[in-house]
Amino acid sequence: MDFLLHRYRSLTVLVITILAQLVLLAYQVKTGGDVRLIRVWSVEAVTPLARVLEGIRSSTSDFFSNYVVLSGAQAENRRMKEELGRLKMDNQYLRSELSTAQRAEALAVFQKSAPSKTVAARVIGSSTGANAKVVFVDRGFTSGVLKGMAVLTPDGIVGKVIASYPTAAQVQLITDPSFAAGVVSQTNRVHGTLKGQGRGDCLVDYVQLEQKVDQGEWFFTSGDDRVFPKGLPVGQVSVAKQGTTFREIYLIPSGFQHGLEEVLIVVEGIHQQIPDDVSAVNQPMKLLPPPPADASTEPGLAAPDGGAQPLSTDADRLRQKYRAIGEAQAHKYGEGMTAPNYNQTAPAPVAPGTSPAGTAPGATAGGVKPPNPAASAAAGATKEPVTPPNGSRPAVANPPAASPGTPPASGVTPPTPGVKPPAPTVKTPAPR
Amino acid sequence: MSEYSEAIIPGIGRRKAASRYGPAVFLLVPLLAVLFQVYVPRFVESAANLELPLLVTVYFSLMRRQPIAGTLIGAVIGLAQDSLSHLPMGMFGIVKTLVGYFAASVSQRFDVENPAIRLILGFFFYFFHQFFYWVLSRALLSQQVGFDLGQTLVVGVLNAAVGLPLFVMLDRLRQEDVALA
Repeated sequence: MDFLLHRYRSLTVLVITILAQLVLLAYQVKTGGDVRLIRVWSVEAVTPLARVLEGIRSSTSDFFSNYVVLSGAQAENRRMKEELGRLKMDNQYLRSELSTAQRAEALAVFQKSAPSKTVAARVIGSSTGANAKVVFVDRGFTSGVLKGMAVLTPDGIVGKVIASYPTAAQVQLITDPSFAAGVVSQTNRVHGTLKGQGRGDCLVDYVQLEQKVDQGEWFFTSGDDRVFPKGLPVGQVSVAKQGTTFREIYLIPSGFQHGLEEVLIVVEGIHQQIPDDVSAVNQPMKLLPPPPADASTEPGLAAPDGGAQPLSTDADRLRQKYRAIGEAQAHKYGEGMTAPNYNQTAPAPVAPGTSPAGTAPGATAGGVKPPNPAASAAAGATKEPVTPPNGSRPAVANPPAASPGTPPASGVTPPTPGVKPPAPTVKTPAPR
Repeated sequence: MSEYSEAIIPGIGRRKAASRYGPAVFLLVPLLAVLFQVYVPRFVESAANLELPLLVTVYFSLMRRQPIAGTLIGAVIGLAQDSLSHLPMGMFGIVKTLVGYFAASVSQRFDVENPAIRLILGFFFYFFHQFFYWVLSRALLSQQVGFDLGQTLVVGVLNAAVGLPLFVMLDRLRQEDVALA
């Protein structure tokens, strides 16, 4: 045995080394644990050097941009070019100062206005993995950064902390293939799982084929994953198509739009509401006051209960017409499996104080007169009796409980059921 | 007579000596190689294709000419690389251990100071490294990682080309050659 071990010493060392690493790997995969000590050593060995390198790079870059470029000016135009160079230099300096100040101000404003408590950090390196989208930031657990915290920019989420070391932390970007987070669409509130692809865009998975997601729609964090607070912008849909099992939805992450140099780490997350669709809601809208309530003189527009309140919508008129048809055919809505014959013309409704045959001039065949020509053209309800589509039971068979009341005096149209009311005072900031 | 006593290719004889380096070189060069992989791709995205830790592993293994040393060098550099990734530790470690062992074994049969031999070995070990890493990712971690053969070959040539001047630079850090028995 000793002879064999000595004879094949190098092979023995190789086998032992490989076996040891296989055991290490198996332990981590099985238990989900980590060999933290080695990682801490490596990170603590590399990140100080990375910081030094970053300092050298930035100062060297400044040196070259300030002096070396200018020293190449032509001799004959030396004085003018020096003057121009100085001005350019000042301009460049001021621009960079302004840009830095704006970026810092934007970050500070966002940090102040965001309900979640955040810590600002700077990206100082990337990971060594083959397809990994992982970066290092210069804040660690001494700054309160812990594993599992969300990382974002004012433009949107960028990733989550997957390891925290004393002075640095490792952040898995949302484009990493093993990243996943819960998201919800802005308009239709479609829930899905955001997955990285290892490239610039991300996939929103597990969206059913019948759910509606449009191109250009925004996705926000849903808060389901317990990592990202609800309501943070994620990105805008670039491709939305039908897949085999689920819909294939790809979105462009919004968090990387202005580069990835400074980020915010959410140390105390607070869920927010998902903002309404900015394009549809935030536009100012002018509404006219409702027309005057003078329809009580016209029998076709009187309230069905004979009250003084006029009918004001096409739905109300249809409802009255179908009710009249039902009464004429002794049909009671909601009972039995048959529907009344809607093609049969119903007798004109009788307004209080008028005879059944007394139809007002200009009333339609159905006993309904549109309030104005525009509404008539829009509704298409002029001379033709209304036929329900495909002979199915009309939607007004069980009419909504809301009765057409007098519109408010403020001149604002009351919200129509199913239509989201605009937010006139609070302006939702557009996700950038 | 050792198990690697004969030259495979006539005319390209084996080296008779192993190179020695200072401890600072053994410590700093791999560290800088790993640092390069962490830091530079932030600014030059294509630099992520350069596998400097692998080239350093190959170089030290070739020049030390001892399979045990190559195995240990590969394991240490690989684990250092692993510890800076977010994957379980051991993936780069296993692959680079094998690279170190085979590079050191090969060095006993070739003149590893010949630039052509270095170029070929650099390309071969890059391809081996990438392929074996892909196999391990699928087999041990069940990751559905793709393997682009064309890209790997092109990037292998690039790495081998970068390896040539790098090896020459590292040759300058050599302290002395020790004759092998």
